[in-house]
Amino acid sequence: MTQLATFIGRAATLGLLLAGLAVPAAHAQTDLLGQLETETKKDAPATQVVDATFKSTRLINGHTVETPGEGTLVFLFSHNFGTVNEGFSSLFGFDNAKVRIALEYGISDRLEVGLGRSSLDKTVDGFLKYRALRQSTGLHAMPVSVTLFTSAAITTDSYRTDAFDRTLGLRTAYTYQALIARKFSPELSLQLVPTFIHRNLVQREGENNDVVALGAGGRYKLTKRFSVNAEYHYLLSKFTAVHQSNSVGLGVDIETGGHIFQLHVSNSQGMIEKQFIAETAKTFLSGNLYYGFIVSRNFTVKQRHRK
Amino acid sequence: MTGFLRSVGRQRYWLLGLLLWLGGLAGPLGARAQAKYMTKTGVISFFSASIMEDIEARNNKVAAVLDLSTGQLAFAVPIREFQFKRTLMQEHFNENYMESEKYPKATFTGQVVNAAQVLKLLPTASQNVEVEGQMTLHGVSHKVAVSGTLQQRDGQLIVFAYFNIAPADYAIDIPLLVREHIAKSVSVRVNLTCDAVTPNVVSQP
Repeated sequence: MTQLATFIGRAATLGLLLAGLAVPAAHAQTDLLGQLETETKKDAPATQVVDATFKSTRLINGHTVETPGEGTLVFLFSHNFGTVNEGFSSLFGFDNAKVRIALEYGISDRLEVGLGRSSLDKTVDGFLKYRALRQSTGLHAMPVSVTLFTSAAITTDSYRTDAFDRTLGLRTAYTYQALIARKFSPELSLQLVPTFIHRNLVQREGENNDVVALGAGGRYKLTKRFSVNAEYHYLLSKFTAVHQSNSVGLGVDIETGGHIFQLHVSNSQGMIEKQFIAETAKTFLSGNLYYGFIVSRNFTVKQRHRK
Repeated sequence: MTGFLRSVGRQRYWLLGLLLWLGGLAGPLGARAQAKYMTKTGVISFFSASIMEDIEARNNKVAAVLDLSTGQLAFAVPIREFQFKRTLMQEHFNENYMESEKYPKATFTGQVVNAAQVLKLLPTASQNVEVEGQMTLHGVSHKVAVSGTLQQRDGQLIVFAYFNIAPADYAIDIPLLVREHIAKSVSVRVNLTCDAVTPNVVSQP
């Protein structure tokens, strides 16, 4: 049997040799490429990570599954103006702008740290983001990307007229999110964001310290550098759902090389999770709309090791 | 050849061999030596120099096959394997410029000009060669001529080439805002070390 196998092997090799000679010259080039194709197909990486699910680390106000790559520092300048219906006296919201400046840094291709400061309630926030799963195709295909997010926000306002003893603990609120996204096509990406927020201090009768919400959002790329985005956070906690409103945002991403401009309208003025998810005052349809933008600029602090 | 043939399941290898053998019988029984050289770990790097910034990337997963008996060659370059030092550049390269999802590979098929003469001298000394062929990049094909060198060393074939590509020729759109950042003409460097594809090693029991 072994002898037969060896014979066939030899014959096959000879056949291969002769076949190479038999092919007419005109077809040889495409043959070479075909041979190359079959060769590389065999060695092709078993799994291919799907990247650029979103252009930015933000969708509207909320985060996306994206993190800056290793060694990349992102400077984010977010700006939410007052509501348009404030009228001409405040130049349609221009006078009552809230800003947040933030720095985000990619420690690795998966882990990101961030620090921001919002003028709304003079809030300082720090966060960690970790890409737990990455959407991929191939042998070990993964249908979605999952990024875990946690943040702590501390209000540093003076609260002079307040009856509470504003200790550091009472000033703090925590957010935990699992960002689950899938890039369905180069144009369409959708995201689900289950959120849990815990405030150490709540001031109203019957209000729970915890807020649970389910966010959903997505983007659709109209051109290579322009997309429309939407985001919605549905409040599941009863008290909050009754007394606050679900945050809704509509916006666009415009990419210009190293910058990304994001313009949006939303019924939330806050730019961090505990504010825009748990503290949005009026509904989107009430017309109480804040328009705003985020400008982000990436800097390469540390050049990446090549694989 | 030993490597890749061994990696194929034995049965499939027989079947493939048998099919090719039957095909081979139909053709003329020439006595020319088969001299194919191949690599799957060739290196292609490119460099774009402009007033604003320098961009460079490197790909070491380039597949190429050269047939020294005919002077024909083929390249397949997986676009996603280009590694940049800046993650954002790499993302933009794949997403905005090369559209790697749509066009995952760049290919080149060509023919060494004056092959018979050049290849006769190759075993004795490194040869400067001119290659003419078809380059396909970003879904656009162009006839190009590239010059390079071939060298045979320790049973391997060393290939080197250096040429320029204009992104505009291959419908790679560069927006006005970053036009100063990306060179009109990007220089490309090819460096391959190909191993001989020799069937006689396989035939030994």
